[in-house]
Amino acid sequence: MITAEWIYWLAGAFFLATGVQIALDRSHAQRWMNCAFWSLLGLSFFYGSFVSVLPLWPLGAAVIAMALIAGSGLTSPGTVSTTTEAEREASARSKGNLLFAPALTIPIVTIAFALGASKVAIGGVPLLAKGQATLIGLGVAVIAALIVGVVLLKPKQPVVALREGRRLLESVGWAVLLPQMLTVLGGLFTQAGVGTDVGAIAQHIVPEQSRMFAVIVYALGMASFTIVMGNAFAAFPIMTAAVGWPVLVERFGAHPAPLFAIGMLAGYCGTLCTPMAANFNLVPPALLEMKDRYLQIKVQIPTAIALFIVNVALMLSLPFS
Amino acid sequence: MLPLIGVLIVVAGFALRRNPLIVVTIAGIASALLAGMPIARIIDAFGSGFANSRSISLAFMVLPVVGLAERYGLQQRAKLLISTAAGLTAGRLLLVYLFIRQLTAALGLTSIGGVPQMVRPVIYPMAEGAVVRAYGDELPERVSDEVKAHSAAADTIGVFFGEDIFVAIGAVLLITSYVDATYHLALDALQIALWAIPTAIAAFVIHGFRLLRLDGRLTAMLASGTDKREDKP
Repeated sequence: MITAEWIYWLAGAFFLATGVQIALDRSHAQRWMNCAFWSLLGLSFFYGSFVSVLPLWPLGAAVIAMALIAGSGLTSPGTVSTTTEAEREASARSKGNLLFAPALTIPIVTIAFALGASKVAIGGVPLLAKGQATLIGLGVAVIAALIVGVVLLKPKQPVVALREGRRLLESVGWAVLLPQMLTVLGGLFTQAGVGTDVGAIAQHIVPEQSRMFAVIVYALGMASFTIVMGNAFAAFPIMTAAVGWPVLVERFGAHPAPLFAIGMLAGYCGTLCTPMAANFNLVPPALLEMKDRYLQIKVQIPTAIALFIVNVALMLSLPFS
Repeated sequence: MLPLIGVLIVVAGFALRRNPLIVVTIAGIASALLAGMPIARIIDAFGSGFANSRSISLAFMVLPVVGLAERYGLQQRAKLLISTAAGLTAGRLLLVYLFIRQLTAALGLTSIGGVPQMVRPVIYPMAEGAVVRAYGDELPERVSDEVKAHSAAADTIGVFFGEDIFVAIGAVLLITSYVDATYHLALDALQIALWAIPTAIAAFVIHGFRLLRLDGRLTAMLASGTDKREDKP
């Protein structure tokens, strides 16, 4: 049976290969710190598969070490030789639309794999672990796309793909680790009881009589707690336990399905506004090599505010009709 | 209430533009210490949190594929392609992408888009190509940043307000499983998914309207010429 762990090893191998390339790169200004960061990241992807049998603390220590290395400016991208703009222009004309094939292979194979292979069983054992078909599909798709790319584009050395991968990965830099660090923070906040504290505060400010005010507190609580945690999933149970269920459903008789569905989407408006949702709002600017790393959030805020108002209006009407 | 100091550290850290990795590490440790967690358990929490969240980072696996195609001119090809479609401005192109992203996400096909595999290699170069075609070569950094930000935003908004219409997505399952387990209801996942449709339509109308005005904004930015952000460090 194929499990998602195999795919984590594939990703770990890519990070590790980046670390090795940097170790061999004498021209790199911060060679050893960068090598340490990417190698630790790669090894941690492997180690993470065995935390049920191995102790957790070496992984925890490695994660803190990576955060400190990358967070204190000890990593920076090296210079990786690639093609020039003129070479790319010429190649774009000669290769034509075939250039889209590798990139398009990724979604097509991912989806085909997730839909098709999830039902395949060999000798009674399912081929893919339950609930992991999309992750596994992505891993298979990356390998398929690399093969398509090497066959169609015919690089002199196929290993050049790893070098180009390193170039892009280094340009993203420390932001690679941030989404996972925010998940760690969310877990620590939960264990420390931050959620219950916020819920208690929300419960205090809800008045007894006003249905409208209670709806607004629920929606605002979803959005603002999402802004702090970076994730509407963390806000939902807390705000629902504090306001959504006891006040809106039990006291004012709101219909649960529309209330909770739209309440979650009010939280999503918060996700659009927060750097804490790093994988949505900070990693893309890094991947696109933007100068202003907060511009995507600034662009999203007007839509988020307008949509939040729409959500409040919907929550005032739909659950009570 | 003491652990809430961790939240304040996060807010202050981001406001002061400290490196987010350091801010998050300190805030997490501070909150946990104030809640009375022993050091050993905090270090373990870093390990288990990392191990359980590895799936978020899998998106970076596509970078060797994207990099290889870029080496042979993928972005340039995307620009060439857009230069043949005369009516397709940056705003209209992103509007079409927003629609496709919402629709496919609503059908559960969230892996069709995404910034690493779709926006960087294809959508952003096309949007920039459309601007370049209309206004000539070499966009100022401020303008290309604006196009990049809008390309990424269309992707994010599209997937956020599309995926909840699909019954088997995480958010819908979280709502039903949490509410059913806590309050002993039997919410229908399909009901939750259907109630996401009004917001999805509103998201398309609101953001679509802003995208249609993007072309005018970019024209104004290019006409004003001087790069106002240049003099700030």
